[in-house]
Amino acid sequence: MTTTLSVENLRVSIPLSAGVLHAVRGISFEVARGETLCLVGESGCGKSLTSLALMNLLPSRAKREADRISFDGADLLKLGERGMAKVRGNTMAMIFQEPMTSLNPAYTIGNQLEEGIRLHKNVSAKEARERAIYLLEKVGITAAASRLGQYPHQLSGGLRQRVMIAMALMCGPDLLICDEPTTALDVTIQAQILHLIKDLQREFDMAVILITHDLGVVARVADRVAVMYAGEIIESGVVGEIFSRPTHPYTQGLMNCIPVPGKTRQGERLGTIPGIVPSMIGEMTGCAFANRCAYAQDICLQPLTTHDIVPGHAVRCARAEEVLALTAGSNQAGTIQSGSPA
Amino acid sequence: MLVYTAKRLLLAILVSLTVSALVFSLLYLSGDPATALAGERANEADIQAIKAAYGFDQPVYVQYFKWLGGAVQGEFGQSVYFRMPVIDLIVERLPVTMMLGVSAMIFALVLAIPLGVLAAMYQNSLIDRAALLLAVVGQAMPSFWFALMLIVVFAYWVPILPASGSDSWEHFVLPTIVLGYYATPAFMRLTRTGLLDVLSSDYVRTARAKGLSPAMVLFKHALRNAIIPVVSLAAVQFGFMLTGSIIIETVFALHGAGFLAWESISRSDFPTVQAVLLLFSWFYIILTFLADLLNAWLNPRIRVA
Ligand SMILES: Nc1ncnc2c1ncn2[C@@H]1O[C@H](COP(=O)(O)OP(=O)(O)OP(=O)(O)O)[C@@H](O)[C@H]1O
Ligand SMILES: [Mg+2]
Repeated sequence: MTTTLSVENLRVSIPLSAGVLHAVRGISFEVARGETLCLVGESGCGKSLTSLALMNLLPSRAKREADRISFDGADLLKLGERGMAKVRGNTMAMIFQEPMTSLNPAYTIGNQLEEGIRLHKNVSAKEARERAIYLLEKVGITAAASRLGQYPHQLSGGLRQRVMIAMALMCGPDLLICDEPTTALDVTIQAQILHLIKDLQREFDMAVILITHDLGVVARVADRVAVMYAGEIIESGVVGEIFSRPTHPYTQGLMNCIPVPGKTRQGERLGTIPGIVPSMIGEMTGCAFANRCAYAQDICLQPLTTHDIVPGHAVRCARAEEVLALTAGSNQAGTIQSGSPA
Repeated sequence: MLVYTAKRLLLAILVSLTVSALVFSLLYLSGDPATALAGERANEADIQAIKAAYGFDQPVYVQYFKWLGGAVQGEFGQSVYFRMPVIDLIVERLPVTMMLGVSAMIFALVLAIPLGVLAAMYQNSLIDRAALLLAVVGQAMPSFWFALMLIVVFAYWVPILPASGSDSWEHFVLPTIVLGYYATPAFMRLTRTGLLDVLSSDYVRTARAKGLSPAMVLFKHALRNAIIPVVSLAAVQFGFMLTGSIIIETVFALHGAGFLAWESISRSDFPTVQAVLLLFSWFYIILTFLADLLNAWLNPRIRVA
């Protein structure tokens, strides 16, 4: 597999009146062609800022730093705004969390679908239109040709998100970033959209980064998982490993929060993780989760590194092996099958 | 769009009728019009004669409908002072006012929109602050005082422009600046806030995520949405400008309809005052109607309503 995107030590900070908010604190990951990486974590852990940092679309006061962001062999950090504009919407495309407001109310669907490809590729208006119709049909929109003349307010949320997906695919991107593409949609639509993204990924052989806070979604679509907590990736690995052997106490806590068919009895209480996320303002040493962790000891307040417990399964926990030994055999979510969409 | 247009049109007609009734009733606000017209030395017979001549002896509603019926056909009766048809007077004076209004509006928009855009793009910068200062000064300064200052500077100290009259385009320069500047701050602030709002919207982020250039993002995706409230305001402001023209035309002795209104009020020339007021209001209503249509065209979401 060829690596499409490789990120090393990405940091995003936002100066606030109370101090500097270190929203993303040195994360590294890779995605390969044809692979789906799920970034998972609770609200506010820095998922959206990470994806915006890749596109270099952060809010103007936010600052991006990294050792390297290499994409399709080029270093994005060295590209200027012009070079980045050639990447955006062309080889790297993004779908946002808010389908209702992400389309411009003043222009037709067709206009908004076609403008990107007219800009990036040397195509005629007719070819752009044909591509738009082709993709609208691909994302399951009926009467595609007549939809082109419609305005966003005439479409439901599910349809708008399909339009956003079609729009992202117009130039045939190598990497598709989906920031919680289904959070704003109702449950039945969610499943359809996830299916769609998975199918399209296979068909177009793209790398996909899918951001979510829903482990159910992860189980359905991910090849690999990176769990984020307070701006750091605290555990990552192939999906089967993470679900069968969750090691970081935070990941274990997350797993306890999802009901498992056949195992969770009716009326049984699901787990919750006690405590609150630490403030991300200012510097932090040691483990960010220590204040909520049942296994925390003095060593957890020392500077720590991420290490592999088995090849390809990395954990950012000073006591990973001990925790794993302590919790062995009691893994609740180990039965979830990986990789295939349900 | 058709249903929307029909609804707006109906509303406009209802408002026009209401306004016409108000304008008509102004006649009776200052007491009996016949007595006022007849003058101080008139006797009872004179007053009766005037009542009969102007139809004041008929029931009020008959008078109103007669007057309104005439008005829609452009028939406003005789000017008491000029002894000629009011409509001829207005036809003669209106172009001057329109010319002033349109040039002031253009002046205001051409000044305000780029300033508003710059202020939004370079938020809190020097240019943003300068624009804010301009707005505060513009709002605080009475227009007649500003007019006098301009006359002092450009007609006396540096005599490059005429201070009064309406014979050439030069006569319009100072009145245009005064009337236009008065409307500038509101346009500018609205452009600025509208644009700031839109620039942080999700669909502008989408546009940037497509790789569009900053100019495309600004002019195609942001400005069109930001300008919608400015269009509505422009119609309202044009109405204010007509009202403002009464003062400005008087200060600069510009022979427009506003000046005519002022002259006629001081001469108790009721038919003329009524005609000018009615036409100004109807004009304002038509403008608002057109602004609504333009808005619906700019903003497809409105069209269904
Ligand atoms: N423009 C901004 N100004 C200040 N703080 C911000 C800004 N954008 C994000 N943040 C903060 O940065 C942190 C990470 O935000 P981010 O949007 O990446 O979270 P997220 O993981 O995507 O959450 P969610 O699941 O709710 O979308 C949060 O604490 C958020 O409050
Ligand atoms: Mg988010």
